[in-house]
Amino acid sequence: MYVAVKGGEKAIDEAHAWLAHERRGDPATPVLDTAQIREQLTLSCYRVMAEGSLYDLDLAALAIKQARGDLIEAIFLIRAYRTTLPRFGVSAPIDTSAMLCLRRISATFKDAPGGQLLGPTFDYTHRLLDFTLLANGEAPLKRDERDSLAKGMASQSAEPLARVSDILGNDALLQAEPTGDEAPGDLTREPLEFPADRALRLQSLSRADEGFALSLAYSTQRGYGRNHPFIGELRVGVVEVSMEIPELGFSVVIGEMTVTECETVNQFVGSRKQPAQFTRGYGLTFGHTERKAIAMALLDRALRWEELGEDNVGAPAQDAEFVLSHADNIQATGFLEHIKLPHYVDFQSELELVRRLRAEAGQ
Amino acid sequence: MSVTDLSGGFSSPAADAARAFRQALNALARPGEIVEVSGISPPAPLGGAAAALLLTLVDHEVAIHLAGRFDQPAVREWLAFHTGTDFVPAEEADFAVGRWEELLPLSQFPAGTPEYPERSATLIVAMDSLTASGSRLSGPGIRSEAFLNLPDEKTLAANAARFPLGVDFFFTAGDQLAGLPRSTKIGD
Amino acid sequence: MSDYNFAYLDEQTKRMIRRALLKAIAVPGYQVPFASREMPMPYGWGTGGVQVTASTLVPEDVLKVIDQGADDTTNAVSIRRFFEVTAGVETTTEVPVATLIQTRHRVPETPLTEGQIIVYQVPIPEPLRFLEPRETETRKMHSLGEYGLMHVKLYEDIARHGEIATTYAYPARVSSGYVMDPSPIPKFDNPKLDHSPAIQLFGAGREQRIYALPPWTSVQSLDFEDHPFDPSRADGECALCGSKDSYLDEVITDDAGGRMFICSDTDYCARRSEGAA
Repeated sequence: MYVAVKGGEKAIDEAHAWLAHERRGDPATPVLDTAQIREQLTLSCYRVMAEGSLYDLDLAALAIKQARGDLIEAIFLIRAYRTTLPRFGVSAPIDTSAMLCLRRISATFKDAPGGQLLGPTFDYTHRLLDFTLLANGEAPLKRDERDSLAKGMASQSAEPLARVSDILGNDALLQAEPTGDEAPGDLTREPLEFPADRALRLQSLSRADEGFALSLAYSTQRGYGRNHPFIGELRVGVVEVSMEIPELGFSVVIGEMTVTECETVNQFVGSRKQPAQFTRGYGLTFGHTERKAIAMALLDRALRWEELGEDNVGAPAQDAEFVLSHADNIQATGFLEHIKLPHYVDFQSELELVRRLRAEAGQ
Repeated sequence: MSVTDLSGGFSSPAADAARAFRQALNALARPGEIVEVSGISPPAPLGGAAAALLLTLVDHEVAIHLAGRFDQPAVREWLAFHTGTDFVPAEEADFAVGRWEELLPLSQFPAGTPEYPERSATLIVAMDSLTASGSRLSGPGIRSEAFLNLPDEKTLAANAARFPLGVDFFFTAGDQLAGLPRSTKIGD
Repeated sequence: MSDYNFAYLDEQTKRMIRRALLKAIAVPGYQVPFASREMPMPYGWGTGGVQVTASTLVPEDVLKVIDQGADDTTNAVSIRRFFEVTAGVETTTEVPVATLIQTRHRVPETPLTEGQIIVYQVPIPEPLRFLEPRETETRKMHSLGEYGLMHVKLYEDIARHGEIATTYAYPARVSSGYVMDPSPIPKFDNPKLDHSPAIQLFGAGREQRIYALPPWTSVQSLDFEDHPFDPSRADGECALCGSKDSYLDEVITDDAGGRMFICSDTDYCARRSEGAA
């Protein structure tokens, strides 16, 4: 008997076994352990943490290993795990002013208190493949390199650095951000509705697909909702996470995390109500994920057009419903890939229609 | 100060809540049908069915209004312990519990908005008994007609006339409950 | 799997979904927003249906899962297995035995009965979405009962093709109120929604919407007086059971374009074949 769909259960089992086999690769190569992924593919782990919305390097490393290096698949594993975790409470807002910076740069001032701190960056590397990494693992550092690196790390800021935006803010050159104790919404616990306020937009952007955020931010630079950004400050470093414990009546530090924060300074010529002033876009992401944080800041600024009394020029990056509805790569990839599932029934109904219309046209 | 008895909740929370929800779904999807939800021993005046509904549907994300004599420490403490909910005035309620007279006027409860009709309260009405007689019901969930001893046909018909706005009801008596969504037409 | 709760979802999530389900029942055809969770299967693969099923299942349920009408399609197998493991419920392929049926793209040929629940997996719950992509706009249109755009679209089809060119996910009006998307079932199945004795629940996970039809609810496919709704199917009969009334899948049998038709509903087909034997 011919039935196309029989054997599905067996086929799934076999596919899973094959997948496990492929994941391991050639058994002659040493197995990759998650500590290696965590320590040597750290930027992949950071991206998985940022878009998975779960700060745990070890789990991110595990997800990357399990997903055979497919980062969106790894993000998906993390999201699906995260959603099952009980919530014990809510941390106090992290204070990025108190960050111990590994990296801190400003594009708006040649120097700022605390100085430019390059940190571990690809920025000025020449993108030449380093074949020593291919040949035999790491090339050992030469002695003078080691010394200078040690010196550099020692000079890493042990004290919090003043924020560039505060310096501008002192002269009211930069628009102050509203402050308040109102708890922000949470799109992982409530359905997203429009219009979405800035806090919700920022939450969505912070976990948005890096590629999507990058391309849309790029589109603003090319004129689709241009907002003249400068990097006021980009800082990467470690912040403390604290939580108020009701039984104790005070906050305790429950851990620390590496985050990337980007504040853009954007031109604003003023409106009838307001004199000219700089405005800002804001990006904050888990880990060292600066491409994403910068893109987030550009998009945040573009989405603020209404609040700042700017024109909507119809640019995709100005359209909050468009941006937020399509920014999540787990939603996007699920729906995109679902067209691999059988659609025999829908297709059959279309087939009938097309045949009938063609037959009628032929008569 | 006496120690409040906080026992009497679900003995097997996941499975019991699943069963209680299924009964609630059946009741609301088939207005007038009387179903049983047993196994809960709440403090008076809360009945078993009313308490089961609350334990199944209420948590810290929604708020309850306790009307009239239901607003008493034993009930508050028991519900707070089992659900973590907040107690609020009628105007802010997601759920309300009381006897019919205690819940009036219905206009004090959220009835949704044209764009978000679901932003409305669900009222759990304590009755002395439920019988499949009295007011005639028709509409979605009912094959031709059903009957239920409604407390006030005119007020409930007015609520139904606001569809898709309006509040929804569960009428309870002891371990019994019957549903009356806003979509049900009341009377002939 | 003992690390996971009954039917996988935590109780908090189930309560949120259960509240949405009751609202959906109270306002038939209206799409209730809910805070859909990330599930251990991809969005677009039935996460909405799975969340609705997980929140509705009781340990005593007998579950049937179908995709394209078949119990043995890979995604149906995967979802059925998920609930066997996480909820420990009994499963079946037989419609009359099932108390809860989760489906993608079909309504079983065997009539549903009172006491059954059918859960539809929905990709795009908004029937107006392809006419108006903005949620803010479609929400307004539903609140005003402003469905002119939909009729215009259907009428343009008639003007161009002589008939309505929507063959699945064919929009229907619920109790003379909201227009709903019946999920991508073939329009052949639309009449089965009308006045069904079963409770019908619709879950769209990625789009974060739940909607429902209580039993015995009027569900009328949109049409025009001069172009009445036509639940067409392929002409032909099932090569396996001989059914002339069921919805048929076309199966290519050789390289020369040979083909045959078989029932898309495998349970219906198997039980007819057995009965005939």
